[in-house]
Order: sequence, then C-alpha cells, then structure tokens
Amino acid sequence: MNREQIVSFVISGLLFGAGLAGFVLDQPFILTLAAKAAIFAIAGVGLNLALGYGGLVSFGHAAFFGIGGYAAGILAWHTRNFEPLATWPIEISGTTSMPVIWLVAVFAAMFFALPMGALSLRTGGVYFIMITLAFAQMLYYFALTWPAYGGEDGLSFYLRNDFPGLTASDPWTFFLLCLAMLIGVMALCALLVRSRFGLALEMARQNPQRLASSGIRPFTVRLAAFIVSAMITALAGALYADLNRFVSPSMLSWSMSGEIMVFVILGGVARLAGPVAGACLFILLEEVLGGRFEFWQVLLGVVLILVVLFARGGLMGLAAGRRSAHG
Amino acid sequence: MAEPVLAVDGISKYFGAVAASRNVSLDLRQGEIHALIGPNGAGKSTLVKQIAGELRPDAGSVRFCGRPVDNIDTVGRARLGMARTFQVSCLAMELSVLRNAMLAAAGAAGQVFRFLPAANSDTAITGPALECLRQVGLDQRARTRVADLSHGERRRLEIALALAMRPKAFLMDEPMAGMGPEGARTLTPLLSSLRAKAPILLVEHDMDAVFSLADRISVLVNGEIIATGSVDEIRANPEVQKSYLGDGE
Amino acid sequence: MSATLFFEQVLNGLQFGMTLFLISAGLTLIFGVMGLINLAHGSLFMAGAFACAAVAKATGSFFAGLAASIAAAAVAGALVERLVIRRLYDRDHLDQVIATFALILIFSEGTRWLFGSFPLYLDVPPVLSGSVPLPGGITYPLYRLAIIGVGLAVAAGLFLLVNRTRLGMRIRAGETDREMIAALGVDIGKLYTIVFALGAGLAGLAGAMIGPIQSVQVGMGEPVLILAFVVIVIGGIGSIGGALAAALLVGLTDTLGRVMLPQAFATFMEPSAANAVGSSIASMLIYILMALVLVVKPTGLFGAKA
Repeated sequence: MNREQIVSFVISGLLFGAGLAGFVLDQPFILTLAAKAAIFAIAGVGLNLALGYGGLVSFGHAAFFGIGGYAAGILAWHTRNFEPLATWPIEISGTTSMPVIWLVAVFAAMFFALPMGALSLRTGGVYFIMITLAFAQMLYYFALTWPAYGGEDGLSFYLRNDFPGLTASDPWTFFLLCLAMLIGVMALCALLVRSRFGLALEMARQNPQRLASSGIRPFTVRLAAFIVSAMITALAGALYADLNRFVSPSMLSWSMSGEIMVFVILGGVARLAGPVAGACLFILLEEVLGGRFEFWQVLLGVVLILVVLFARGGLMGLAAGRRSAHG
Repeated sequence: MAEPVLAVDGISKYFGAVAASRNVSLDLRQGEIHALIGPNGAGKSTLVKQIAGELRPDAGSVRFCGRPVDNIDTVGRARLGMARTFQVSCLAMELSVLRNAMLAAAGAAGQVFRFLPAANSDTAITGPALECLRQVGLDQRARTRVADLSHGERRRLEIALALAMRPKAFLMDEPMAGMGPEGARTLTPLLSSLRAKAPILLVEHDMDAVFSLADRISVLVNGEIIATGSVDEIRANPEVQKSYLGDGE
Repeated sequence: MSATLFFEQVLNGLQFGMTLFLISAGLTLIFGVMGLINLAHGSLFMAGAFACAAVAKATGSFFAGLAASIAAAAVAGALVERLVIRRLYDRDHLDQVIATFALILIFSEGTRWLFGSFPLYLDVPPVLSGSVPLPGGITYPLYRLAIIGVGLAVAAGLFLLVNRTRLGMRIRAGETDREMIAALGVDIGKLYTIVFALGAGLAGLAGAMIGPIQSVQVGMGEPVLILAFVVIVIGGIGSIGGALAAALLVGLTDTLGRVMLPQAFATFMEPSAANAVGSSIASMLIYILMALVLVVKPTGLFGAKA
C-alpha cells in the first residue's frame, strides 16, 4: 500500500472511531456529528469527481444536495400524511424505504444534471461557474416560493425513514449506514478514476486539446463525470434530510454549494479521501471552535485563505504529498 | 494511381481582409513524406488547422481516405485516423509519459467509457502505448512526469502519441521545433521510418531535414502554393529560390 | 394593469437596474482588467452600507455617511487587495473562488461580531425625501430618482474615465494584454490596486444608496452579488457598457416579472395559485434569462468572442 492509501484508511478509520466513541460512551450527539461528517464527505466525494478530477468548478452542486433532500422529504411526507403523490394516470404513493428513496434521489439528480450539464458545459471558465450557480439558484427560489412543500419554513417529517432489516432511527445504526454509503461511493469513485474513463477525465482537465486530438470528445467525458458527481451528491442530500428529519431550501442555497467546495478544498482536490478529511475538519472546527467562539467562521475564512495560498493540496497534500504522475 | 490519403482542394481562408489561405491544393499519397515549407507568416499553421478541423475554410474542401471531411470536427477526424503533432507540445504535464500514451491508445481503440479494468493494468492500452514509446526511444522514461522531460523528449513523445493513434496519415507541425541541429539529426531517421506506417504531411523549417526526408515538397508563400515537386525540382525552382530559399532562413 | 402603475414599475425596474449597475461595473472592471473572480464584492457593498449607517448615525448627516461609505469600501478594498487578492491573479478560478468565498465569511462574521445581527437603520436624507410629480400623472419617490441619477452619472463618469484618461487607457490596455503593459513600464501593482479600490468604492456607494430603501444587515451583500454576476455574465465580462445594458435588462425583467407574472397567471388560474406560480417563476426569471443568453452567446451579449 502506498502512502496515500494508508492515509486514506487512517482518516476513514478515525471517522469510524469517532462514531464508535459516541456509541460506547452513549453520546448520541457525537454519533449525529459523525454521521453528519460522513454525509458531508459523500457530498464532497461527489463534487470532487467533477471539480477535483474533472476540473469543473461547479458552484451549483447544492442543487443536487437539495434534490436528494427533497426527494427524501417529499416521499416521506406523503407517506406520513397518507396522501398519494399522484392519482392520475396511476396512483403513486410516497415511501419511507430508504433504498427506494435513494434510487429516486439519484435518478432525480441524473434527470436534472443531464440538461444542466449539457447546457453549462457549452461554456467555460467563469461563465461555467456562474451558469451552474444560476441553475442552483433557480431551484432554490423555486423551493422557497412553491407553497406545497413548506416553502421557506421547510418540510419536517418527524420520523426517520426505514431501512429494511435495520432500526435506522437508532443513531449508531444510522451512522454505520452513512459510513457504509461513504465507503461505497469512495469505492465507486476509485473505480472511475482509475479506469480509462478516469484517465480521459484527467486529460479533459489538463489538456482538452490533446484529448480531442486523440479522438475523444471532452464534452462527453465531462458531462458523464458531472452527472455521476450529481448523483453522488444527491445521495448525500437524501441522507442529510434523514439525519435531521427535515429539509429546507437552505440545502439548495449558494452557501451550501460553497460549503461543499470547502470540504473538498480543505481535504485536498482530486484525492480520494480528501473530502472525508475536509468534512471531518470542518465539523471539528464548527463544533470545537464554534462552541467557544460564536464567530468561528472568521477563522475558517482565514484557514481557507491560508490553504489556498500556501497548502494547495489540502490535508491530503500535507499528509500524503503530491499526487503521483502515474496514478 | 490510387487515390491520395489526404486531398486538399482549393482551400481559402480570410481573416477580414487578410487572405491566410488562397486556393490551396495539395495531396498526400500513400508511403510518402510530403513537406510543406514557406517563410514565417505564409499561412502554414492556418492550413494545418483547416486540415485538422480546427478552422473552417471559407472555400474549398478536404478529403481524407477518399471521403469529404469538411463537416467533421477535430475529434471526428482524429477518429478517422488523422494524427496530428503540435508545434508547441500539447501534453498533460502532470501525468506520466506512459499515461499520456495510454490515453492516445484508448482514443484509438475508441472505447473510453470503460470503467474496468484499471487503466494501468489494462494491457489493451498499456501494450500499444509501451510499443509506441519504444519506437521513439522513450520506454525507459515511461513513468516519468512529462513536466520533468527535456524538450527533445517531449517532441518525441508528441510523435509517440501520434503513433498510438494507429493513424492513416500524420499531420506534423514542425516536429523539430526548438531542437538544435543535433536533436533534429536524431529525429530524422525516426520520421523517415514512419512513412511506411502512414504518409506524413510535414510542416518544417529545418531545411536539412526537409531535403533529406521529403519525397515531395510544396512551397507556401503568402497563403498560396507557388510550387510542388520533388526535392531537386524545388531546389532548382527560381521562384522558390527568390521568395524563400534565396533569402536564407 | 393601469398605465401609471406600469410606468411606476418601470421606474422601479430602472432604479433596481441602476443599483445593480453600480455593483456590476466594479465587478466587471476587476474581472476584465485582472481576470479575477471576486466573490467578496458583495461584502464591500455591505461594508459601504454599514459605514454609511454608522457615520450617518454619529454625525446626523447622510451625505457624510455617503462619503464615508465610498472611502471605507475603497480602503477596505485596497487593503484586501494588497493582503490577499494580489496573490491570486495568477491562480486558477477555483483558487480565486475559494479565497474570495473565504473573504465573504470573514467580512460577514466579522461584521456580525462588530455590529450584531440586528439590522441598522438608515434614513433617507430629508433633502431627497418625498415624492416628485412626473409626466403621466404619477408621483415617484425623489430618492429613487436620485439613485437612477447617480447611476447615470457614474456610467458617464466611468465612460469618461475609461475612454478619455491616461488611467483609462492603461485599464483598457490591461484588459487586452496584461504582460505587455508591464513590459511597457506601467506599474501593474499600483494599477491593479487602484482598479480594485475603484470597484470597491462603487460597491460601497451602491450599499450606501440602497441602505435607506432596504435594511442594512449582514448578508445583504450576497443576493446582490449573485445578481451582479448574473448581470456581468449577461452583459459580457469586461464590458462596462454591457454591464449597464444588462443591469437595466435584469432590473426591469425582475421588477416587471414579479408584478406581471402573477397577474398573467390570474387570467386563467385562481388567485392564490396564480400568485404562487407567478412569484415562483418570477424569482427564477433572471436565472432563466442568464441561462438562455449563455446558451445562445456563451460569452455574454457584449463579451469577447468565445
């Protein structure tokens, strides 16, 4: 195992350890935090695929986080209120089964990411950043003003959804579920990145002209990465809604997009375990610093600037050195 | 005579009032190296871009392997077998030499959306990639980061990447660029051996290389081809001497 | 809808557009000359509003506050430029986005630390209060007309600056070729600081002018920032004329959309549903507009060729 793999295992192990500590010490609060870290890490893994490996600076990934959240919220709400989603042409009722909800979340994200990516990827540079932001803002304002699902107040669904065979309402079980999904998406990401597709994506980022001259269309490669990235982030959103049993338009806000970017940057772009490290660090800062100093985000801002200026590789860069040229 | 692999017919391109290409016609035949020479500003780069599909000509057409490719873009033409090398090395600097070549091999195989196996263990692309690196003498440098290569090594990598495309024709834009006479001399036998694989349209400034490699030469001046012929014919051509060779380079 | 009401909404749209222009002008200048995406621009807008409110409260004069807002924002801008921004010019967009996002955090939470979360109040100065009769039989608040006036004055001033002065020449040259003007002996560092401070000052001015109409509170900068980006993207980055045209377009679209869309839907829907659907689409309208523009012209209406 190389250094990077060792560091990745250690970081994931630490997260597991944090949850374990919460379980053993009977502190559900710690388990909630650990689950939150895992969920944010999943969102980060999603964004990292597009942004880190693909070089696509999307400032609209909150759109997918929110789509996942609302998928969970809406389906659960309809079930809890015994109201079907639709009665014509066929009756579609809600569900509280997590696997079904995750499938819906992921497909809803794919459904939105396809046109969003197809349109946005026609542009580049700052225009791409702005158009992805615009799409997310559209969804944000839609969620804010559409009265059916709570609008600004959000949507509560009181009970966590179910996972067949498990008591998902139990904090330790839910944490393990989130951790398992995190490992799952990391494995998926590793597979993609190490494959031919991953090589093409790298080239799309480093030298799209070379990619084109090799007979591969950069647009198609980037779009595929964008869509998969969206699907992973949506899964995180669905889990987040279940964590809080609540979903609100703030999951779609531009500051949420910024936050997910922060996880990725803090951890180190284009590093498999980067988002895990970044999310854990963020949660740690929020709880430990934020607990003592109400205006801790000032310090977060300073840390971010320092990372950008002096430690571009983030935590993974500091711990595991530069990325290998030969993968 | 068999149809030429690449046929450029009456290409014209205007940038405002400036005519970068004026009714340019030339062809590239199987097994040959056809050199394109001309003074700076003659329009060689513009012509290459139009052949590669980067620029759309205002008039004329390009035929490749017997079919018109005017409505096919760069990606499409590369897939058809047009392999281009760039005057300024066009490489992924942060990747290794081998991974650059593997990408070209993957492109040639036409199957990029493969998620298994891991690329580094995928012999379907590592095999051909290493073979191309061997042919240009870079196989010992396979795992080196491109940013750490010397200029000459990068120029050779450019050629390896073109080779990995299993091309039907090479479009080489000043492969000797930035290499002194020593470097150019080491590259010449390599280029000569490539003509057996696929014909080469060679844009070059280094006249020693051109005269030793070319089967035919076309001379581009002010966007127009003023002469096409064998090395001896071109050398003896008074117009060419006046507008290009005579002034020295 | 009556003609007078429509006219009033058009004026509101123009006023809103002018406010957007004041912020976008600085943003597009900074991006055009330095190639820098500056998310912290909204924070400078907020800083101007806070400075104005604080000074106006202390001195009793809105105009003292106005001067303070421009100065404070410009100084804050210059400081931020020297400390952080100038290290970002050669970096890629991601680094610029993250670093300036970090600045937003610092500015927002820092302001909350200093001033608290409750909004500050800024009153319309007595000399600009009240309404003015306009042709067509409507009366319109004088203050809002003043905003439109200031916007026009700034547009004219910027036009003169960019096209008729030495500084403007350097700015235009810098937009075209940064390395060249450095080679020609122009002090790039100083030029960039000046441009950044100029953009910041404009943002601060906008903040002060908006203060009396909207509350002065932490977080007021970000919605405006996003709209400003929408404006410069629609207008084409680097083009001040484009920013003016786009700002007015966005201002009018947003204002008229919010008023007219619910009414349009009410013609065939019941009022509460019409209101909901109408306002929903109205709030998404500007983003739809931007997406449409980018699809047709990927570098904006007056931007450089792609």
